[in-house]
Order: sequence, then structure tokens, then C-alpha cells
Amino acid sequence: MSTEYWRWKEYNWKDPESDWQQASVISAGVDVGSVSSQAVVMTDGELFAYSNMRTGSDSPESAENAMKWALEDTGMTLGDINYVVGTGYGRVNVPFADRAITEIACHGRGANYMYGPTVRTILDMGGQDCKAILVDERGKVQEFLMNDKCAAGTGRGMEVFADLLEISIEEIGDLSFDIDEEPEPVSSTCVIFAKSEATGLLRQGWPKNDVLAAYCSAMSDRVFALLERVGVQEDFAITGGIAKNAGVVRRLTKVMGVDALEPKHDTQIAGALGGALFAKALAEKEGKVRS
Amino acid sequence: MRANYGYQDGSGAFFITIDSNLCTSCEDCVTICPSGVLEMITDDYDDVTAAVTEEHRKKIKYSCAECKPMELQPPLPCITACEPGAIEHSW
Amino acid sequence: MISIGIDMGAKNVKVVFLRDGEVISKSLVTAGLDTEGALKEALKQASQAADLDYREVPNITSTGAGRKDVPMARDYITEVGAAARGARFFFDDVRTVIDVGAEEGRGVRCDENGKVLDFVVNEKCAAGAGAFTESMARALEVPLEEFGPLSLESDREIPMNAQCAVFAESEVVSLVHAKTPKKDIARAVHDAIASRISSMVRRVGVEPSVALVGGLAYNVGFIDSLGRDLETELLIPPDPEYTAAIGAAVVAADRATATSEGGE
Repeated sequence: MSTEYWRWKEYNWKDPESDWQQASVISAGVDVGSVSSQAVVMTDGELFAYSNMRTGSDSPESAENAMKWALEDTGMTLGDINYVVGTGYGRVNVPFADRAITEIACHGRGANYMYGPTVRTILDMGGQDCKAILVDERGKVQEFLMNDKCAAGTGRGMEVFADLLEISIEEIGDLSFDIDEEPEPVSSTCVIFAKSEATGLLRQGWPKNDVLAAYCSAMSDRVFALLERVGVQEDFAITGGIAKNAGVVRRLTKVMGVDALEPKHDTQIAGALGGALFAKALAEKEGKVRS
Repeated sequence: MRANYGYQDGSGAFFITIDSNLCTSCEDCVTICPSGVLEMITDDYDDVTAAVTEEHRKKIKYSCAECKPMELQPPLPCITACEPGAIEHSW
Repeated sequence: MISIGIDMGAKNVKVVFLRDGEVISKSLVTAGLDTEGALKEALKQASQAADLDYREVPNITSTGAGRKDVPMARDYITEVGAAARGARFFFDDVRTVIDVGAEEGRGVRCDENGKVLDFVVNEKCAAGAGAFTESMARALEVPLEEFGPLSLESDREIPMNAQCAVFAESEVVSLVHAKTPKKDIARAVHDAIASRISSMVRRVGVEPSVALVGGLAYNVGFIDSLGRDLETELLIPPDPEYTAAIGAAVVAADRATATSEGGE
């Protein structure tokens, strides 16, 4: 199975201006997902540095690597950080975390920072799950729903199709709209059966882009069903890798009749960012501050 | 907070919803469930509430099968045991 | 009295010729993209083997996912009914029938006359049907026919976390990386699907005798895991993939001789 087609870009970022030595509280969140990991460092609750990379076969090692990469060239070390929160699928495997908090709470908090206090409904789709989260103006979760049982409606489901069609994840948006007419969505929900269905369509002569569009359409229908279960309230925002997939996002907002807020940060860091905010609050509560 | 535990797949949508605002932590539902589906947890906001165990979240359709025979559809023990009505089943 | 049963399965078309209560020929053709062609081919093969021409047989009943797309059939019955009639053709005291094919799993309970009392279906999810074991065998790089026997070599129980064929594939790969012996992984896979099937069947109640039919009934690993989970003996007819087609053929014969029920 080829794994090259779906890889998101791995990178790190740091704030060029910030003088972290002046900060009162340095906090960090590490989100170890089944597919990707992120580490976010904040100084006094402001974004300082972060990394986004593929999770390796070892969760603790992935957590350490993500952290190291975020701190690269900052002059900051792990020892300078007052409090670390681990989150995500591998949250119990962040060896240097002071506390583990669920990805649900972290995504709620992170989205509140990234999108502002008006955000109420968050859709997050990661490598192996899909979440619908309702938050209040402080980012506190009011209701949530998470599916991590079924690959349909997860990044992995999309990967299977990207591999089948030999299309890279970044191309999905553009290619799925480069069609004459929007086709009927793929009828099988199950990724395994949908893949057989798609193989049949290709053999019948369907162009790749049309098959891709049919799957993006089916995926957005599934996600919409999950969102309807919790009830969509505006403002609506999307976090996780899915936000970068215009093929699904545009179809989804169309069927929802609601626009998604524009992200100003990498949507994949929402969990780790929320973790860093929780970490700041805990650091202050427990008196683990610099000054 | 309303927590929806379970999943949606090709065969349907299976969710147990537990509202921690209504839950009084009496633990009756945990005791009465014949399949060990429920447990008490302290959530991220430090509320003590009933929840579906990690183990059962991904196979809840099968976990609850014993209480959902095709023929009779009796009232569910967990829902009956919960006085404040904090538990809902979507199927 | 000649009758024909046609099972238009999602994956394969099965045809059975019955004469005076005995199976005289059967055929199986993979459906692929041209289901009509596969149907004609299966009928042709079974006709040749029986030394008959299906076009001269009026008593034809169809079943399976594509049962309504069989123009030469006089009528059709549901897969549930076909599984029950087919199982009872071989074992006349069967009260519970478990039918697991490539894409669907079914549990059927019937009364002492074979009349269906209740049924439950697992559909549209690969984890609940033969597609699961097929995917896992591929992931482990073990030929499908060796997968069941391999599972029997293990005496270790490893619960699987994933409940989805796609995620289970990743889990299998992780287990391989962790140097878990393939036979133990095979056993884990068979235990996992057996657990799902048995939970489903318990919803209609498991009353002896219990029969297992359909494509997955060839898998000795699955038979072992399922029998252990249900704590019961499983009766398996010869050629279990044809049981539904045989059930349809029995119904076709019944409907020719009588004016009343066909056992649906």
C-alpha cells in the first residue's frame, strides 16, 4: 500500500518576535494522534511555537520528537516549560506531560482561541476519528459526539481513496471540482465496500475526478449526519486535517447552508493548542509559574 | 455536558447519550447494566458522571445486544434505573 | 419434479438443480460487473451438469441481494427464508440458522416446522461479514484458505481493539511489527468477527440445533471461534455457500406441488 499520496506537509513554526524570557507562564500541549502529532508552546497564553508531524510507530517517541521540533532554534528547552498537557489518542503516552486531558476538551478550547468566542459548533476530523463539538463562549464543551469506530468519515477513509485514485491529499479539492456535473455520491458508507464500488465505476469508464467527487460528496453527507445529531449552531468552524480538504468542506457547507469560519492558523494544531491553554490555567492554579 | 458515546457506520447510528448536568452520580445504571457498559468517571471539567467505558464505545451495538432482543423490545435497564433521565439510546 | 434455486449474491451467483428432493447439480460464477452474463453462465453450467435445460424448467425461485433481477425466476424469497429452508434441508431439527457471506451476516430463528420466527441482519459494514477475514488475510499476507487453519494453531487470546476492517488492518500491521506470531493474530481476527456475529445472533435467541451456512462456514477458524463464543455445536451442511440456493430450490418445488405457503 503506497503511503505517499496522502501525507500532509510536516513543518514547524516559531514566533520571530517573541522574547520568551519575559513570560510569566510557559505552557505546552502535545497532541499525539493516530496519524499525526503536534506540539504547541505558548507564552502567557499566546502562540509561541509549534510543530506538526507524522506519528511514528512509538507514541512516547512521537511526543518527544514533536516537542523537540517545536522548540528547535528557540533557545527554549523542555525544562523551561512550566506545565505540559498531553492529549489525543496517545495522550497517556506523553512521558513528560503533567496531566492528560481528552482531545474533546482540548479541541473545544483550542477552537475558541483560533476562531474566537463566537464559535459554537466545531467539526474536527483527524486520521482515525470524527468529532462534533458544541462549545460556549469560553470554549467549554456543552455537547460532543465522536466516532472513532468506523473509517468512513475519517482521514483514513479519504486516504484509502486518495491511494486508489493516485491523487495527493492537497489535490483533492481542485480535482474534485474539475468535473462537468456533480455525480451521485458513492452509495456505500463502508470504506471497504465503497472502494469496490469505486473500482467498478472506474472500470465502467468514470473519470477519476468524478469518482473523487462522488466520494467527497458521500463523505460530506456522513459528516453532516453526525453534525445534525448534535445540532449545528453558528458560528461553525472546522479543525483537524479535514479543514484542508476543500473537496469535502465546500460540499459540506453547501449542504449545511452555513459557512465555516476562516482559519488563521494551521487547523491541525487545535488540540495541542487547547492543551497548552489548559496547561497555562493549571500552571497558574498550582503555582507553577516563572515569576 | 451531553456526551454521545458510540458510532455511526454502514449499518446505522448507535449512540448512548449521557448528560452530566443531569447525572447525580447515584451509580444505579453502572450496577444494573448486565454487560458492564457503564462506569463512573471524572470528566475534564472535574464533574463526576456516568460514561460508557472506552472498551465498549466502539462496539456499543454489540455490547447492548443482550438488552435489545429483536422480538420484545423491553424497557432498557439503564434508562429505567436513571431517575433524572440522564441516559438516552439512539437505537 | 425438477426445480431450480438461484442465489444472486453480492459477490457470486449460485445455481442449484433439485430433482425429487435431491441436489443433482450446482454451479457458482463470480458476478463481477456483468451480473446478467454471470447468471446465464451459472445456469448454463448447472444445466449441463444436470443434463437438463433450465429454459424447460418452470419451477425457479431466486434469492440473494439481486433476487429481483432474475428474469427467468417465477418468484423469489428473502435471504432469511432461503437460509432457513436450506439449512433444514440437511438438518431437520434446526431452529437457529447463522448465515455469513462476503458482505452480510444474518441470524434466523425458526419454529419446529422451519417457519421463520425472527431474524437479525448485519449489513453494510465489512467488519460484520466475510469481507473482514478477507481483508485481514491480505494484510497478513496469508492465502485465504490457509487463514482459518492458521488460527487453529494458536492457543492465545488477543482481543482486537479495532471494530472496523480498515482500522483492523493497521492494528494487524502493528501486531506484526511487535513480533506477534501470525497464528495468534489469525486467531484474534477470527475471535473478533465471531464475537460480533454471536452478539448479533443472540438478539434472536440461540436455540439448538444451530446451523452455520454461507461462505464463511468454510473457514475452520471461524467455526471454532464462533462455536466457542456461542458455547454450542454448529451444524454445517455440505457446500455451505450453496445453502441459500438450495433453500430457494426447495421452495420452488413446494410451490409447484402446493397452492399455499412456500416457507417464507
